[in-house]
Order: sequence, then C-alpha cells, then structure tokens
Amino acid sequence: MALKGNLRDFSTTQLLNLINLARKTGTLSIQNNGNSAQMSFREGKLIYAFMGPEEDNHLAQILHNAGKLSEDQARIIQARAKGTSDKQLGHMLIQRGHITQSDIIQSVRQNVLDTVYKLFTWAEGLFRFEANALPSPGHITIPIDLESVIMEGSRRLKEWEILQEELPNLDICLRFTDRPDARLQNINLTVEEWRVVSFVNPRNSIRQIARANNLSDFEIRRIVYGMLQAGLVEIIRPPRPTPQAPARQSSTRQEILQEQGIDDPQSPAVKRSVVVRLIDRIRGL
Amino acid sequence: MQAVKMVITGPFSAGKTQFIGSISEIDVVSTERKISSSAEKVKDATTVAMDFGRITVGDDLVLYLFGTPGQRRFDFMWDILSQGMLGFVVMVDSTKPETFREAKRVLETFESYAATPYVVAANKQDMEDAWEPEDLRIILRLRPEVKILPCVATDKETVKNVLLELLYSILEEIDKVEKAR
Ligand SMILES: Nc1nc2c(ncn2[C@@H]2O[C@H](COP(=O)(O)OP(=O)(O)O)[C@@H](O)[C@H]2O)c(=O)[nH]1
Ligand SMILES: [Mg+2]
Repeated sequence: MALKGNLRDFSTTQLLNLINLARKTGTLSIQNNGNSAQMSFREGKLIYAFMGPEEDNHLAQILHNAGKLSEDQARIIQARAKGTSDKQLGHMLIQRGHITQSDIIQSVRQNVLDTVYKLFTWAEGLFRFEANALPSPGHITIPIDLESVIMEGSRRLKEWEILQEELPNLDICLRFTDRPDARLQNINLTVEEWRVVSFVNPRNSIRQIARANNLSDFEIRRIVYGMLQAGLVEIIRPPRPTPQAPARQSSTRQEILQEQGIDDPQSPAVKRSVVVRLIDRIRGL
Repeated sequence: MQAVKMVITGPFSAGKTQFIGSISEIDVVSTERKISSSAEKVKDATTVAMDFGRITVGDDLVLYLFGTPGQRRFDFMWDILSQGMLGFVVMVDSTKPETFREAKRVLETFESYAATPYVVAANKQDMEDAWEPEDLRIILRLRPEVKILPCVATDKETVKNVLLELLYSILEEIDKVEKAR
C-alpha cells in the first residue's frame, strides 16, 4: 500500500523515523521543482541515496568530490567506464592500486550523507515510498544507521514554525525509550545535546532542562525534536485534569444533555455489566 | 433508562458521518450544512456540525454516537461531549497525509480532556492510496497500548470491529481500576 504525500506535511526526519522504526526496505523518491532525489533503505538502514542526474552520482565524480581523484582523472575514468557498474569500476580501481577500498567506502558514504542532508532543507516536494524497490546490484551500497542521520538532520532544521508545531508544550517531561535497539552509544551527540541527555528524567520538564542549560526555546525544541525522532526519548503525557475539574456549567450543556436523555455528567464511571451488554449488542448487529 | 455515549472525532472529511451512518439504527441526524467549497467553512463558532446516531441495547440501555469535528474552535463542544463519555474514536482519512498533523493535534487535545480510552480508526483502507495503520501509528506517535484499526466506514463489519475494540479497551481499563483497589 501507498506511502506517499508531500514534504510540506511531514519533515524529512519524520519520514526517516518511520522508516527506521518500521524497519522498512525500499526506495523513497522525492520530486521538487524539477529536482529529484532517491534514498534506498534495507531493513530500516539507509543504504544508498542520490540527487540530480545519474552521471553526477557516478563513482568517478564521487571520488573526485571527495578529493581522491583529480578532475582529469575523473573525467577520463568516467568516459572509459561507460557501461561499467560502480561496483565493477571500484574493483578495477582498487586492483590497479589507484585507490583503497576504504577510500571508496568513505567517499560513497559521504556522498549519501550529503544528499540526505540537502534533502533536509527541502520544505516541499512530492514523495513516494516504493516498498522493496532497491538500487540495481551494480551500485555500491553502504548501510548507515538512521538515528545519527536524523539527529544531524534536526541540527540543520531552521524552521521555527515546524518545531513550534511539533512541540507546542515545553512543560512536559521526557524519558528514555525502552526500545531495546535504541543505540545511544552509536550516535554522535554535540556537547549541548549530551547536556540535555543528562537531564532527561521524568521529573524534569523540557522548560526546566532548557533553563538549566541556558538554551533558548528554539534550541531546546530542536534538540528534543531530534531526540524524539531518533527514538531516543519519548514524551510523558502531562497528568490529565481530574474528571471533577470545574466543568463549565453552561446552559447549552444542560439543554443538550436533557434533550438527548444523557445521564448526569458527574455520574460515576459506567459499570462493567453495561460494557459487556454493549459488546454483545454490537457483535450481534 | 440509561444512556451512554461514544464520540467519533477526527479531521474534516475523515469519515465520521459515514461511520455513524453505517451502524446507527436511526438515520444519522446531521447538523452539518452542505458546504459548497472544498474547505470547511464554519464562520460562526457557535454553529457546529455534529452527527448523532443511536444503538438500542435494551429497554433500559441505549448507546449514542456523536460525531464531532476535531478543530480547536469546537473545544467547547468537546467539553460538553466528554462528560460521562465511555470512550472515543479518532478517525483519520488514511489517504490524506496532509491531515495527519491535524489528526495528531485532535488526538492530543482530546486526550487531555478525557481520561477515557480511545482507539484510532485508519479509515478508507479500501483506497489504493491509503497509508498502512502501522505507519500511521508511528506518524501519529501513538503509545503502544492505543489501538489503531483498519477501517472502511462504508463497511459495517469494520465499523463494528472498531467499536468492539474500543469497548474491549474500556473493559480492560475497568478491570485495571478494580484490581488496583
Ligand atoms: N472509499 C471510502 N470513502 C469513504 C469512507 N469513509 C467515508 N468516505 C467518503 O469520504 C467522504 C467524507 O466522509 P464523511 O463521513 O462526510 O466525513 P466527515 O467530515 O468526517 O463526517 C464522503 O464522501 C464519504 O462517502 C471509506 O471508508 N472509504
Ligand atoms: Mg460529517
């Protein structure tokens, strides 16, 4: 089934969070004003990404961008390598001693990350996730954990409004998720983020954490948003108002209740037997 | 005669009217006016589009279903409806990702009003563009104990299932409270 929409309605971090948590495999394509990008995932890990025309993402170009090949070298190799897959080309370059395997891995990885970080700046664009679609086997794929990518993405978030909307209330508390696979140790956090992490505790509100660390509302929202999306922490709901909280005694309410024969609002919770009867009735409908 | 109620809420066009219509024994009483433009335009905050349905359980017990929009400006209605409510259903149009943020907001607002259990109905699952319920769970940041159920509001069986799952959650809640005593 479909997983599509517009980036206007989701942040890229939100989508990555979804892919990460649901351990999805497939390819996410995004189109924006004639610009297009793709990211591929295997079991929730980012394995490949590119933006723009295919030839800009040729291995020779990537190695050139990473400073491993000169411009001339890159151009010649790219011309000669027509019809050769990135993987084959990589093997060839390694065998001839031009370059090491770790150079290739690092450069490709950096190219993937650069692409994704650029995507974080797209405020809109149609996206579509094609489940189980993966890059052809000739591409070099490198699995990258999404948690770190998400954290870095939120560091680059500039839109105050999105954060405000996602985290309207700073008087709520956080706790660490007990997801067994939340890998705090694999994530690189900034000093500020570590400070915030050290204050995460069901008794400290986000606002208190911000005060303690001299962070502005924007800064604390950005950090907490990143940690939420990366699945490190979760929100503890604020205590609900008690049911007997001063209810508005508007005449409208009384009228409506009377008209519809509803029980007195302040009546105790319904009995178990009532619920059981409702279940039986609805089953039989 | 005892009357209990459930509230069906969610963004505009999520399928609330349809949902109630599929299960109510009376024709849905809808105060909704036909709106010519696609967007919902309710200028006067005191006129509220609301649906009303009924399921009679016996001589002494009746269940009312209220359909109510989720927007902020209807908060005062929510205040009225949430009193003595058994539970509520948040409906989401699974084919309209542009409404998910709104759905989340509705959910969080209403959750803060009432300590009653609720379920989320991932509606319009018959359509090709529908997002899967489990993807919606993540996007809406539902807690694990909140059920999200596939729904086709025009299909009575799925509507029954949503209401039954809500009732099971209510039963669990009652049992939990009793045990705690
Ligand atoms: N295909 C499909 N259409 C639905 C479903 N539920 C509701 N609709 C349609 O979606 C539109 C909006 O539904 P409505 O019940 O009026 O939404 P409300 O604003 O939440 O009351 C109507 O045209 C319904 O017929 C469903 O499960 N599947
Ligand atoms: Mg309606």
